[in-house]
Amino acid sequence: MKKLLIPLVLFLALSVFLYIGLFRDPREVPSPLIDKPAPAFVAQSLNDPARSIKREDLLGKVWVLNVWASWCVACREEHPLLVEWNKDNKVMLIGLDYKDQRADGLGWLQRFGNPYTDSLFDPDGNIGFDYGVYGVPETFVIDKSGVVRLKHIGPLTPEALSEKIEPMLRKLNG
Amino acid sequence: MAKSIIRTACIALLIGLGGARSWAAEAQPVAANPAIEAQMMVIAAELRCVVCQNVTVADSHAGVAEDMRQKIRDQLAAGRTADEVRTYMTDRYGDFVLYKPPFSARTALLWVGPGLLLVGALLGLNLVMRRRARLPDAAFEPDTDDNSTPNSAT
Repeated sequence: MKKLLIPLVLFLALSVFLYIGLFRDPREVPSPLIDKPAPAFVAQSLNDPARSIKREDLLGKVWVLNVWASWCVACREEHPLLVEWNKDNKVMLIGLDYKDQRADGLGWLQRFGNPYTDSLFDPDGNIGFDYGVYGVPETFVIDKSGVVRLKHIGPLTPEALSEKIEPMLRKLNG
Repeated sequence: MAKSIIRTACIALLIGLGGARSWAAEAQPVAANPAIEAQMMVIAAELRCVVCQNVTVADSHAGVAEDMRQKIRDQLAAGRTADEVRTYMTDRYGDFVLYKPPFSARTALLWVGPGLLLVGALLGLNLVMRRRARLPDAAFEPDTDDNSTPNSAT
């Protein structure tokens, strides 16, 4: 009886580890930016090349950065949700058009709707690189002092919004 | 007949190789500075591509990996050291991009884990052997001579 106990305990321990492993996404790279100041940027506005937006302009507000591109299929999947989510513009939602052509990006917003409070243009992907973007869409929540508090990789889902993004926004605004 | 087939095959192979070589030549302009390029490849070979995670940045064709290689080139051209370039990458993508992550509280198990398993296995083996050494001969099945058993193969 005792002889069987040790292999059984080992087996159960291994099973627990493997079971946990089932629900972890290995493609999700943990961001080193969490709880660190958001990287500085000076970006052209997507709509108006003459206007620039920088990180400091957004200090004092809790804002959501959504990285997207017109060539990104998963973004198209996510987009209607964002349009619906921010239809009354209650969230400071900043879009970052990543590695895109200006005309394509603008056309995309016209066609699928524009949920963004403002849109940044990042044709070379330099801003995205500083934010550690490796697959669009990606979404960041940044607090009033410009610190990154949350990162969501991949398309947002209704659950991700209600269970991750919204509680964080409530906490930061509350 | 057979000879001519072999000759055709050889010619086709040569043409194919020639094609491959001209392909390689096309990529030349990127490597404007061979010294930086060589240094870049050394660093890139230690970095993990974040998209295709079992491939190094040096080997990957993913867009992000190409960006990372270009950033490494830019950083080296600006006079940064290899360590500074690595820090630049981990600042953005975390220790995850390093194939050799630094020893820390979070990675401790990763580094010492195999050693712990080995020590555990040796202790277990030691325990079993000591216990068996203390057992009387009667606890073991008598040795059987393989050759004398009627069902043996030889």
